[in-house]
Formats: sequence, structure tokens, C-alpha cells
Amino acid sequence: MSQSIRDSLDHCVKCTICETQCPVAAVTPLFPGPKYVGPQAERYRDASREGSPDDSLDYCSGCGTCTLVCPQGVKVAEINAQARAVMKAQKGVPFRDKLISRTVVGGRLSVATSPLYNWGIGVGALRWAAERTVGIHRRAPMPHAARTTFRTWVWRRNLTRRRVRSTHRVVYFHGCAANYYETELARRTVAVLEHQGIEVIIPRQECCGLPMQSNGLLDEARASVRRLAAQLAPYAREGLDIVSTSTSCSLMLKREAREILELEDDPDLRALAPRMFDICEYLVGLYEQGKLQTQMQPVPLTVPYHPPCQLRAHNIGTPAHRLFELIPELRVIDPNVTCCGVAGTYGLKAEKYDIAMAVGAPLFAQVDGSELACCDSETCRWQINSATGVETVHPIELLYRAYGLE
Amino acid sequence: MEAIQTEVLVIGGGATGLGVVRDAALRGYDTVLLERVDLGQGTTGRFHGLLHSGGRYVTRDVEAGKECALERDVLSRIVPDAIEETGGFFVTTPVDDPDYADAFARGCVDAGVWVDEIEPALAIAEEPRLNPRISRAFRVKDGAVDAWKLLWANARSAQQHGARILTYHWVTSILREDDAVTGVIARNDLTGEEVRIDAAFTINASGAWAGEIATMAGADGVTVVPGKGIMIAMNHRLVNTVINRCDPPGDGDILVPVRTVSVIGTTDTEARNPDELEITHDEVQRMLDAGEVLVPGFRNTRALHVWAGARPLFKDERADQSLDTRHMSRGMALVDHERRDGLRRFLTITGGKFTTYRLMAEVVVNAMCEQLGDDRPCTTATTPMPVSAEDGATRVGARLARRERNLHDEKVVCECELVTRGLMVQEIDRKPLGNLDDLRRVLRLGMGPCQGGYCAHRATALVHERTDISAGRAHELLHRFYEYRWLGLKPILYGDQVRQAVLDEWIINGTLDLEHLPREVSR
Repeated sequence: MSQSIRDSLDHCVKCTICETQCPVAAVTPLFPGPKYVGPQAERYRDASREGSPDDSLDYCSGCGTCTLVCPQGVKVAEINAQARAVMKAQKGVPFRDKLISRTVVGGRLSVATSPLYNWGIGVGALRWAAERTVGIHRRAPMPHAARTTFRTWVWRRNLTRRRVRSTHRVVYFHGCAANYYETELARRTVAVLEHQGIEVIIPRQECCGLPMQSNGLLDEARASVRRLAAQLAPYAREGLDIVSTSTSCSLMLKREAREILELEDDPDLRALAPRMFDICEYLVGLYEQGKLQTQMQPVPLTVPYHPPCQLRAHNIGTPAHRLFELIPELRVIDPNVTCCGVAGTYGLKAEKYDIAMAVGAPLFAQVDGSELACCDSETCRWQINSATGVETVHPIELLYRAYGLE
Repeated sequence: MEAIQTEVLVIGGGATGLGVVRDAALRGYDTVLLERVDLGQGTTGRFHGLLHSGGRYVTRDVEAGKECALERDVLSRIVPDAIEETGGFFVTTPVDDPDYADAFARGCVDAGVWVDEIEPALAIAEEPRLNPRISRAFRVKDGAVDAWKLLWANARSAQQHGARILTYHWVTSILREDDAVTGVIARNDLTGEEVRIDAAFTINASGAWAGEIATMAGADGVTVVPGKGIMIAMNHRLVNTVINRCDPPGDGDILVPVRTVSVIGTTDTEARNPDELEITHDEVQRMLDAGEVLVPGFRNTRALHVWAGARPLFKDERADQSLDTRHMSRGMALVDHERRDGLRRFLTITGGKFTTYRLMAEVVVNAMCEQLGDDRPCTTATTPMPVSAEDGATRVGARLARRERNLHDEKVVCECELVTRGLMVQEIDRKPLGNLDDLRRVLRLGMGPCQGGYCAHRATALVHERTDISAGRAHELLHRFYEYRWLGLKPILYGDQVRQAVLDEWIINGTLDLEHLPREVSR
């Protein structure tokens, strides 16, 4: 365990605030709570000699709420992530977890076979079979694959050279989800940035390793995030900012890879971290400098907006709220719910699906019946959409409409 | 007055006394043990928990090294569930005498202490927090002992052979008939009643208090100087192997991983009274500095509790008076009062060290058999002790594993040390007159980072529920427990433990207003 995380354990005064805020412990007795599995249980773990005695640790969804609310600075979620990885290393990672954490392979396959794949994920019998054989819950949210990847669009765009050239350049880190599933979001992000007169650079990019990390495959996660960091770091060193529409993936580059994967000294990650921005965080920054286009048309909608737990872990507040204020006639409701439950891949797992749905239930109740819902994180959007049937979009999509770029 | 007849009476419920009572009981004697408070409340419950490989003694006292090497193996065999075989290292740090390592290695060979020199890099690979600048490293067979668990195993073993173990019994006078000790009068502190015990033979095994008892029996000049040693428990296992400085014995040269903490120890200063051991700021700083030498960053880790124990250092003012000096060189002292004072049927055993307590018991009971003309061989080294009912082996993960099995069935009372309601109830029902500190010694209640801040009131409520004590008495139990905890907290209040102490204070006095609750003070 990395020393800074380990040392933070000593700060715990057992105040129990994390336990009262943990969305998972609130709905299931299977998870004994963040204080228990974190600072308390860690005192008993000598995995190298005795193995990990507490399988209940695996019911942590990794949403990070505990770390966020801890008034003493204990990195509870990070402790749990590392302890879980040790446990998985000893007991073996299930095939299912290996499968769902390979986003690049999965993304390529689903795009290549997209008509078949998109049909398949909607067929109850097939989903039932997948639950029985692999352990992915039959009702778990699965995104539809795009017909062609976002990278293909980038490649074509580069051929036609129809893109904005400017001295104000940013790098777009789209991540896997926007490449294989939500390509429209990626294209609209480019459009919104170009609308500000910004030149958008879209380099090749590897998976950030987060799905592997949260499934206990730390070595694979390290290899992947280092490849990604090597792809993006040259731009950061050049002084370019990097923006992302994926909150959890950008959090990896901001700090999680260095903390949880113990890559504190990786020079590429160190160069990247201070230049890594959530897209809304970046746009608010522009706004504060008077550089954001504020000419917008009304979007007469009432939209429940759920800032996901992974965004909160950025410690940047909820920048999307600032942007929404600029959009005429847009009314935003904050459901004030900690987590939608899915927490990346947690809610896909057969044994955890019901927990994830229970965690998200208060959110779904408020989203139900809306015309449109909004959330920064892709897996959360899929979860909300799957649970409520309400179309759920990234905040950028609302800006895109407001700018009249449709 | 209640009267008890017995063959052998043992005074003192520490390791030595329990070793003696078990030894005598196993040899078929009818036995009674008296302890003025609870078992292991004296020196035995206040050491660092090290089961010596013998390495610490080899350069000064080869015999002591030899005895430790043999005895640690004996204890491993007869009471494995109280011992964690952590292994140990002797490491030469940059501030240690570099020549000592060779003398140490030779000494180990001479004393028959198992030792294996390894590459310092290997030691660091196994213990990543160890000072990276060590120049030599030796592997030895050190272990960690849960002293209370071992004591209770001893007690149960003796009880299975008929021993009666009476705690909270103060010896108020020693009975004599002419030149023979014939028993004692004791006061039961829980009931206030007096009890007379007539014994054919009395063994004084009261450690640092042995001088007092000997004087009471009429043997003057038996001086036992309390050698004060302080120890600090740091949160977490900073190391999983016992770490010794490869240097002549000095302050803070040992770091022992015991259960969920690492204990740094110790000091050695003469004290006046074994019941009043003051812990000074300077001593604490010396320990923390010493810890820093073994584990860089030690000062930044969280100190949970500090305590002091009193080594019994025997100094006879009448040394020429033919006491049995055969064992003096090894730190243990057997005082034959018949030869020394003309006092029959009375022996004193004191000095020594925890690791060799069984041997001390064997030595004194042998001497008793010799005086009684009995030929009854000692069997304590080959008779296993009963396994503890609590949680099996002493391993760091044992309680977490146990908790995982009963996660949905049982409530936890002490969160830090994972003491469940079931364990508490079992122990309260066994000793309904006990106080919270008695529960602590058996269960580790309140010994974790919050030092009872979150569990003591829950434990008090359980005692109130299971026994018929009044509310006032319950308040008193709680109050006294916090008072004891505070003694070990005040000298180490820095860093994280200050914040904990403040929060605990809010709970205890802000929420519970314990200071102003009516308390019924017992005897």
C-alpha cells in the first residue's frame, strides 16, 4: 500500500461520518461500511502472510463518497481499492470481471458487430444466458455500440481538414465510452469547443485503466494508464490543457492512478495531472476569463441533473451548474442523491445489481417522468436511463443545444 | 471467616505465579493462588510482548540466552495459540556499533541460539518500512506473545488439575507457627470478606512486590528493586517481524508487532514503588527517537498508548547468607528462606524474564519438592495447555476472519479490536464482579486507536444488563476505565491521538456528562 494512503489511516477518529454517508452500506448488510473495511480492518490485514480474511470488502462500490466526506483526510476509498486488489490477486479475478474491464477489446468487438451486438443486448434470453454463464445481470445497463468509432470520425475529419485552427489549442481525452458508444457526445464536445474558437487536438488514446483497477487488475491497469499517459504527456509538457468528458477517467489522470496504482513518481502522470480538466470545469474557467461564448438560445426544459460521485471526487464542486445558469429558460433540479449505484462496473454484476438499483432508487424516483435527465458520467447515464427510461445526457449536450449547433 | 486448606499456596498472579501453580498442580499438589488484583495486572501485563529468541542476551549472559532459546520452543509447543511466530531480525543501524554484530553472531553460536545472517536487502524487502541504511541483518526466532492469553491458558491448565485461583485477594498477613509459614489471611476485595488459607507450603511469586511479602513473613532484607521500563503501542503493524537493534542492550532497541499494534520498548530506570511508575516526557521522546532509528517516519505514525512495567530486580541485602545462587546469573532469584532466615515451608522466586517463566516455576517447585522430600517430576514442558475459547491462534487477522463469519449475526462492541457482544457476554457472565479493565485484559476492549472512546459506554451498558449492579456502580466502572486509559494517553498526546482524545472527551463529558453522573464507589 502506498505510504501516503497508509499514513492517512492513522487520522481516523472513528467519527462514523463516512458510514452515515456510504450509499452502499445504507441499502445492504452485505457491506459492513467504509470505516469498518477501511481504517478498522486494515489493522488486521497482513495479506502477504495470512491472506485477506474479509471478502465483504468486495461489496464496496468504489464510489469514493467516504474519502470525500472524511473530515480527517482518511483516504478510505483508496485503502479499500488497494485492499480489494490484494484480495483479488490472492483469490483470483473472475472471468466476468476480466471481461468487463477490457473496455478497448469490448468496444472494438461491439462496434465491429454493432447491429448484432445492439440486437443481442436487448434479447432477454441472451441476457439471461449471459447472467447464468458470465455473471452480468440480465437487466444491467448496456450501452448501444456505435456503427463506427469516434476515431474513425477523427480520421475522416483530419482528411477533410475541416477543423478550426487557432493559437488556443486543447487536447480532447475522449476515453473509451465516447469512442465506441457515445460518439455523438464526443463530436458535440468538439463542436462546443470549436464554437469557442479553440483548436481541438485528438490524439490516439489508450484506456485509462480504471475498469481494471476497480476490478483488482492493478498490473494491467498500470500498464494501460502509463501507455495513455505517454500519449498525452507530450502535449501537457508543451503547455496544452487536456479536457475530458469522462469524469472517472479524468480522475484517474488527475490523481487516482498515482495514489491507488502507486505511480506517484511516473513523470508522464506528474506532467499530466495539473493540466487535466473536466470539460465543464474547463469551460467555467473560460467563462471566468470572459472567453466563453454566452450567446445562447433558450432550452425550455426542466432537467434533473445528477453530479456523479466520481465528479465530486474531483473536488471542483459541480461546474455544470454554473454553465446551466447561462442557458435561458433551462430549469435544473438537483436530486441531491449521492450515487446512482452503478459505480462503473459494480452495478453490472449479477450479485450486486440489486444493491446498485437500491442505491440509485431515490435518484430514479426523482428522474422518473422527466423529458430529459443530465449527468456527467457515462455509466451513470446508462444506469439512470436503464432504470427510468428517461434519456440522459452529458451537460455538454445541453450547451450544444443552447449554442444552436444542432 | 472462610477457611481454605491446601497443600501449596502461591502468592502472585503474574506469569511466575501462574507458572508455579500450574507446575505444582500438574505434579499432583492441591493448590491455591492468590492475586491482589486481576491476573496479569502487574509486570506480566506491562511488557512489550516479546518472546525472546535469546539473541538479546548472548553477549552478556550466555546462560540466559540458552534458556530463552530452549524455553521459547517449549512455549511454542505447549501454548501455540498465544504466540505468533513472527520471527525476528537483529539489524545494525547506522548508529550502532558495527563490531557488535560479529560478537553477537559468535554469542548466538555459543548459546545455541538459532541465527542466520541474511542480506540487509532481503530484510528490507520483507520489512519495507525498516531503516534502509542497515548494514547487517540476522534472522532469529523471536515471536510475539499475547501475555494475557498465555496467562489465562496457564490458569485454565492449572484449574483443570484442581488449582483454585483467587483474584482480588489481598494478602493482609502471613501466618506462622514457630519457624514455619503455615498460610495467610487475605481479604477478598470484591466482597470485603476475609479468608484464611492454611497451606503446607507457601511460594512467594509476587515479582516486584516479593520484598513486601517476604517482610510480611518475617524475612527481612529481601530487596526487589522495581526496574521501570516504558513501552509505547503504535497503531498498526509497522513491521510484521520483531526488530532488534544489533547493539548492546539499550533504550528502545526492540520493536514488536503484537496483534494490531507495534510496541516499542523499553527503558530501564530504578523506581521506588512498583505501584507508582511515572512516565516522563523525556522517556517518551527517547522511545520515539529510538523508533525513528528502526523505522524512519516513526514519529509521524500514531501512538496509541504508553505504559510502564516494573521488572523485579533482586538485590539481597544479606547476600552472603547462603541463598541459592545457582540461578542468580540468569536474572532469576530463588530465595531459600530456610537457609537464609531459618524460615521453613516458604520460598521466594523473583527476577527473571517472561520468556523463562516456566523454567522459573520448575526451579522453585523442584526446590519445594526437595524440601518436602517428594519425588514428583515436572511435566509442564510437555503438557499442552488448553486452547483459548476466544479466537484461536494469535494472528493479526484472526479477529477480522472471525468477524467476517459472524458479520450478520453479532453486534460489535469495541470496533477497533473487533470485540463482539457475544465475547463480551461470555466474559461478563464468567466474572460478573469484574471491572472493565478486567474485560480489557481478556478481550483487548478499548485498546485500539480510540482507546475506549466508542466502546466503554457500550461495554458498561452490557455489564449493567448482564449483572445486577446499580446505575451508580455502572457509572463508576465507566469512570474508572477512562481514568486508567487516560494515564496511558496523557504522556503521548501528540499528532492524531490528540484529535481522538478531544473527540472522546466530547463524547464522555460533552454527551454523557460522566463527570457529573452519580457514582457509587465500591470498596
